[in-house]
Amino acid sequence: MTPFDYIRPATLPEAVRAGSAPGSAYLAAGTNLLDLMKGGTLRPERIIDITRLPGLDRIDWLHDGSVRIGALVRNSDLAYDDRFARTFPAVAEALLSGASAQLRNAATVGGNLMQRTRCAYFHDPASACNRRSPGSGCDAREGENRLHAVLGWSEHCIATHPSDFCVALTALDAVAETEGEHGTREIAVDALHALPGATPEQETALAPGELIVALRIPAEAARFAPRSRYLKLRERTSYAFAIVSAVAALDVQADTIRGARIALGGVAAKPWRAREAEASLIGAAATAEAFARASELALAEARPSGDNAFKIELARRIVARALALARGGTPEIMPALPASPFSTVPGADHAA
Amino acid sequence: MQHETASPTARHHRHGSNAGQPLTRRDGLLKVTGRATYAADNHPDGTLYAVVATSSIARGRVRSLNVEAAKAHPGVVEVLTPANRPPLAHDPDEKMPPFGFRVEVLQDDTVRYVNQPIAMVIAQSLEAATEGAALLDPRYETEPARTGPSNGTRFDPQAIGVGAPARTAHGDIEAGLAVAARVTEAEYVTPSQYHNAMEPHAIVAQWDGDRVTIDMPNQALALSCASYAAYFGIPAENVVIRSPFLGGGFGSKAILNGPQILAILAARMLGHPVKLALTRAQMYGPVGHRGRTWQKLRLGTDAQGRLTALHHHALGATSSFDEFIEPAANASLPLYASPAILAEHEGLRLDIGTPGPMRAPGEASGSAALEVAMDEAAEACGMDPLDFRLANYAETEPVTGKPFSSKALRECYVEGAKRFGWSERPLAPRTMRDENGFLVGWGMGTAVFPCPHFPAEARATLRADDTALVETGGVDMGQGAWTALAQIAAEALGLDPDQVELRSGESTLPDGGIAGGSAHTASAGMALHNAGGNAIAQLAELATADPESPLFGAGNIGVVAQAGRLHRRDDEQRGETYAAILARAGRTEVVGTAKSTRDPAVASTHAMYSHGAVFAEVKIDPDLGQIRTTRLVGAFAAGRIINPRLVRSQYFGGMIWGISFALHEEAITDRRTGRFLNADLAEYHVPVNADVPALDALLIPEDDPHVNAIGVKGVGEIGITGTVGAIANAVWHATGTRVRRFPIRMEDLLAGSSAE
Repeated sequence: MTPFDYIRPATLPEAVRAGSAPGSAYLAAGTNLLDLMKGGTLRPERIIDITRLPGLDRIDWLHDGSVRIGALVRNSDLAYDDRFARTFPAVAEALLSGASAQLRNAATVGGNLMQRTRCAYFHDPASACNRRSPGSGCDAREGENRLHAVLGWSEHCIATHPSDFCVALTALDAVAETEGEHGTREIAVDALHALPGATPEQETALAPGELIVALRIPAEAARFAPRSRYLKLRERTSYAFAIVSAVAALDVQADTIRGARIALGGVAAKPWRAREAEASLIGAAATAEAFARASELALAEARPSGDNAFKIELARRIVARALALARGGTPEIMPALPASPFSTVPGADHAA
Repeated sequence: MQHETASPTARHHRHGSNAGQPLTRRDGLLKVTGRATYAADNHPDGTLYAVVATSSIARGRVRSLNVEAAKAHPGVVEVLTPANRPPLAHDPDEKMPPFGFRVEVLQDDTVRYVNQPIAMVIAQSLEAATEGAALLDPRYETEPARTGPSNGTRFDPQAIGVGAPARTAHGDIEAGLAVAARVTEAEYVTPSQYHNAMEPHAIVAQWDGDRVTIDMPNQALALSCASYAAYFGIPAENVVIRSPFLGGGFGSKAILNGPQILAILAARMLGHPVKLALTRAQMYGPVGHRGRTWQKLRLGTDAQGRLTALHHHALGATSSFDEFIEPAANASLPLYASPAILAEHEGLRLDIGTPGPMRAPGEASGSAALEVAMDEAAEACGMDPLDFRLANYAETEPVTGKPFSSKALRECYVEGAKRFGWSERPLAPRTMRDENGFLVGWGMGTAVFPCPHFPAEARATLRADDTALVETGGVDMGQGAWTALAQIAAEALGLDPDQVELRSGESTLPDGGIAGGSAHTASAGMALHNAGGNAIAQLAELATADPESPLFGAGNIGVVAQAGRLHRRDDEQRGETYAAILARAGRTEVVGTAKSTRDPAVASTHAMYSHGAVFAEVKIDPDLGQIRTTRLVGAFAAGRIINPRLVRSQYFGGMIWGISFALHEEAITDRRTGRFLNADLAEYHVPVNADVPALDALLIPEDDPHVNAIGVKGVGEIGITGTVGAIANAVWHATGTRVRRFPIRMEDLLAGSSAE
């Protein structure tokens, strides 16, 4: 283990100053970072515990109708915030389909955005991984890659981003507010995570030490509240990462689609916004044919990175299904099995 | 050190005899209040902490270890490597019968599998030991890993499982296939699975001269004492193992492993108690697993749907240096009548840790393949799967022709089918949908598990104050031995369970046998039953020989022990309390002792099995292939049921493991390096509550006069068998797609479906 310093700053500028030094890592709930440290995947020299920073744990509704979510708000607190869940139901559903109840109670929204890939070769220090150790190679490329990326991957890295939450955020044009050495700025969540290209180690658009302090979801996204769903395929009903997932949000007026949002999870190193697919729906009738066309467009550039061609077909189908579910309307109450294709089936009475 | 042991905490409402009552766990309160001490909860003074360094390669040798760096780390006391590992009295490369395996205890620098111990660091703190192990920075000479059938070496094993013959033949298979109207042939693949008990393997070892006390979760106390004694060159009675509670065992805590031996060795070498707890990831390798299988079945059937031949060939993976071949094909021996049955096994040597027994070893993976093959044969015959099984019902044990000691399987089929609603099942697949459009499928499988018996001993002390102390070195892995064994003893003694104190879970007690093979309640229970009977017999002797007793002279008629009182068999009114008998005899107690073994004559004339039938409903998204088990009904006949609450819980646990086997569970390794890619509970998927919507376990009455005097069979493992096949068959019935690889994945179902 690399011995590390533990720093608990009292103010944001202090935190950013400490976090800007090389070898630093921000610690919030630690549901991902601490696991990675125990397993030897990450060896930070300096842990900046941001959990005591003031003012980062609030959900604020702004005058323009947008919502500002502090980076330290817990996943479950956000998902169970009544107004939030009614206004952005797909985001709440995505949150409740992630991890387990225990983890959601601890994990923060900022941490969710910053979680690392679940690629086993990234986690295993004995394996070659360009993301963890630039230039070492990619053992996933010829390895066990059934669940790896089918979009936006490169020969250097085929990992996927594991978040459910980010998929829904990306679809709704959410923005991350950051604080860095050079002040504050805003980064669209869609632009936050990088595709690997030749530099998979550069996972985000954040500069060293730059800290996400809040998320904003624009008021405009609330137009999708009546018709939006998040759908997730996984190998068990709870506490499993997505094989593929999709968010679909529709604004349908007089049988015509006026607005559409589609994003996919589990398919790329970032949440994958399908803008061409969205565009194809504008002005169209909300029919199965239109959804099928959109799903083809969403995966038009997909290609298997290994033993995972099935994910492309599965992703097409889940896009079509998510659109069909969205067309049917947001459920009155949060489904008992959030984001599950079986969410319509009674049998459980709380989030899995 | 004082151990908390389970004791009666509240008086239970009695409904009749002691056995058969759904008593809650006697150890429940200790567990939910955190007072049940597991091995790693022990902290003797001066404890040092050991951490195993494990190999990251599957095959080769350790070229170097930076022992200096590890030893230089503050707090590190010693580093054990092949260079300084003290000698053992038993060669670790030699198996130790009956259940011993070759163990890796730093006998050389060879690496034979990933996560093999290559050094052990002992330090004053866990943190220091962990860091010391990291500083060893092993360098290897790596050889290519053999990880599958394409590069492993096939061989004909001498024996399979824990000593069963590799080949069992009955009749002429080829002749049976030649006369068949139809032959169904397919290959089924099952993955490697790891026990993943909630409690990792842990040990606290402390020496006093040439005596050693070991706190560890252990499923076989006496056997382990003898084995540890052999490794350390001391008499077996110098080894004390304390194992009052296990956080799950599933077979992985029945067999000696290298890391624990090293911890005991380190404790002797350093003159301090040593504690070792494996990490979750370190449990993937040195402590056994369920080996992969590739099973080929050929079933011949005649025009009436009766089997003419049943051929089951299993290729099972084992390590490069030892054998545990999953006895999967033997699942085809006890169940279905056929004039020709052939079960045969082949081994495949891979660079993996040696597999071992894991809950229903052989039966689980073998039944998974057999029950799907039976479903395929039924389909080929155009028959309902239950009718097909009834057409092939074995009235006697198929291979031996022996009568069954009892077999209420027909009742299991009938009651299970009735509860499930099986008669409504359409024959053709992909014909049922629910109100939401999901595909619905119904499948079934037969469950079977043998009833072994392990020799066991017990002592029962009946006291003048109407209490009793009963003692046997039993093992509670969570199955409820603390409760069920006390019930059996109480019944034998004619007392209420609340009057009986059970001492168990320590090797100093009379040998309670092995908690394995689904035999513990029967084995240790029989010993307690006999010991109780012995105590009562002594009491009866005192009374019937005493002219002042109302029982004087009743020796020929016999006496009955009930509610703390002996009475004449022919007259309940004529009797007296235990206290009165003891008082007049000037005694404060009588001590009964007994051993239990199975009568070899009965064993040679009867086939003994528990049976069951499992019915499953799955729902499947027609486009997305997501599978959900929506109903599971099991009906099991396992002789006399001592505690229906605990037994139902065992069935549930087995059935849930069946869901796991069918749909979730698989250890994933890199095909090039053999390294594990999911050695943690986040990525190694076992079912969560949300995967198990509805379970029903029916207890089918069964009176077995032969299996043992208390009529008890086993319930611990049977729940997995039958269930895996039932779910896989339900998946076929829902979709029309036959998946022959476990776990069944959604991509397996994509080809047969189309987008909406």
